[in-house]
Amino acid sequence: MGGDRHPVDAVMLARRAASFTRRSIKSDSKQSGLRLAISMLDLTTLEGADSPELVRALCQRAIHPCPVSLDMPVPPVAAVCVYPKLVPVVRESLLGTGVLTASVATSFPSGQSPLDARLAETEAAIAAGADEIDMVISRGAFLSGRFDEVAAEVRAVQDICGQTHLKVILETGELATPDNIRRCADLVIEAASRERDLADGALFVKTSTGKISPAATMPSVLLLLEAVRDHFRGTGVRVGVKPAGGIRKSKAALHMLVMVRETLGQDWLTPKLFRIGASSLLDDLVRQLLWTSRGHYAAMHDVAVT
Amino acid sequence: MSRLEVIKTGKLWIGGTWSRSESGATFVVEDAKGQTVARCALASRKDSREAVEAARAGLPAWRDATAMLRGQVLYRAAEMMESRCKEFTEALCDAGMNLPAARREVELSVDRMVMLAGWCDKIHQILGCQNSVVGPYHNFTIPQACGVVVVFCPEEPPLLSMVTLIGAAMGMGNTVVAAVPRSAAMLGVLLGEVLAVSDVPSGAANLLTGDIGPLLDPLGGHREVAVMVSSGLSKSARTTLRLAAADGIRRVHTIPWTDADWADDTQTCSPWFLDQFVEFKTMWHPAGV
Repeated sequence: MGGDRHPVDAVMLARRAASFTRRSIKSDSKQSGLRLAISMLDLTTLEGADSPELVRALCQRAIHPCPVSLDMPVPPVAAVCVYPKLVPVVRESLLGTGVLTASVATSFPSGQSPLDARLAETEAAIAAGADEIDMVISRGAFLSGRFDEVAAEVRAVQDICGQTHLKVILETGELATPDNIRRCADLVIEAASRERDLADGALFVKTSTGKISPAATMPSVLLLLEAVRDHFRGTGVRVGVKPAGGIRKSKAALHMLVMVRETLGQDWLTPKLFRIGASSLLDDLVRQLLWTSRGHYAAMHDVAVT
Repeated sequence: MSRLEVIKTGKLWIGGTWSRSESGATFVVEDAKGQTVARCALASRKDSREAVEAARAGLPAWRDATAMLRGQVLYRAAEMMESRCKEFTEALCDAGMNLPAARREVELSVDRMVMLAGWCDKIHQILGCQNSVVGPYHNFTIPQACGVVVVFCPEEPPLLSMVTLIGAAMGMGNTVVAAVPRSAAMLGVLLGEVLAVSDVPSGAANLLTGDIGPLLDPLGGHREVAVMVSSGLSKSARTTLRLAAADGIRRVHTIPWTDADWADDTQTCSPWFLDQFVEFKTMWHPAGV
């Protein structure tokens, strides 16, 4: 597993990641970048306080992200991501809209339950109508070097998923070093594609649960992008990437898009291969869009629903 | 032994931190003899946007602090100004004022801050009221903070006007973005340094230095801004501001005071001046048995 790979140079990684934040994106390209970012959003709510009413409101927001009509329509987001119990509500609210239903599973966010229970939860989420599953890996197993255990659980969830798309959360903030993050990404991608024909975008690697900090930092996302790039060069299969957690401002989202474009190329700039997991980011994206079309900044109460 | 001159770099005070302008632009501040005194950041449209966002983010902490605490913070600011009298006086002299006049303005400014600090927990009794209504209800009207207030400071009197406008807006519980003209830039920086050590929570006051003209439209047009207060603006600048503020029902106040008016405590600390910085809320409450 990655035996011939050089260890990650943390200093150069940070420098390279920072270099993507220095691009000037203005006017038309900014507008299209913002729209693209909205279309790549996995609008997420993962709280104990989530209720069907709140989730229905979020789904309306997912379908119509912008409260006012602009000359060029604002696209809906890619998916709404919730806990398994709320999947039927999301499914019903999004019926016929093209917005997908995503569910976390496998004892999100810690993954600290017996494997049987985690697999059963995944089955239940799919039976309830989830189009996509966001699983967590056992970070404890990975950090103690039980790589086989991690590979086995990814494959077991994959077996249950079948055609349902799978996103694997590494929780980069708990993996301690850049080298671990890269090794973990390689491990997951290799486990998921061993003796199988993965379709493009059937597998995503995702940075974080959003429950701990740091979450989707530029360097950690860059590591995933590079793992995906190297896998593509070796096999021709396109694995998706999903940064999640801590991306609250449009600027950060545009930086991510620049990094994807310059690491993986134009092919990955589609919701099929790149997603951003966030909640409040949508408010800021819409505010920025309103600004580019009106010339004045909207107030938070102009765009926010919750 | 001769020393290398240490020339100050004035920065923008936004969200509790000192930052250079996002544009990188600066201007040179000269004294009356044309010697370079300092370099100062020239605020851009983007800086003004950042300042409003910071003020909005800082609003809950400042607005919801007890009135007494706000008073104490402003009083602390007055104490800090007092201990920096010399610096303020020098900055006023650099801007061309004679020494006695500069001393007088600094004294007036410190006293003004003390008076405004005192108003924080007393304005409610003066502007609030209990209304007589038909029915078994108590009916109260209370003043509360408007939200984010932008003040466009005039060139004259440079320090006193700045302290009055910022102190009044903050005292009433608003967070402030102050646009300070070039001629008063170093005074703005000094006042920022005073506020920075006075337990003012981050974002409660934000200072932009440079040219006011380019900031009228972005500050006035930002819908998070609840109130705009200006003094000493030209007619065309006032029109620009009003047009920008027309999007949304937001208040624009123009203060037409002369130097003598600014020095007059009865006008500047009158509740009928401070009421420009509050919003009134009326509440009905069942009177019970």
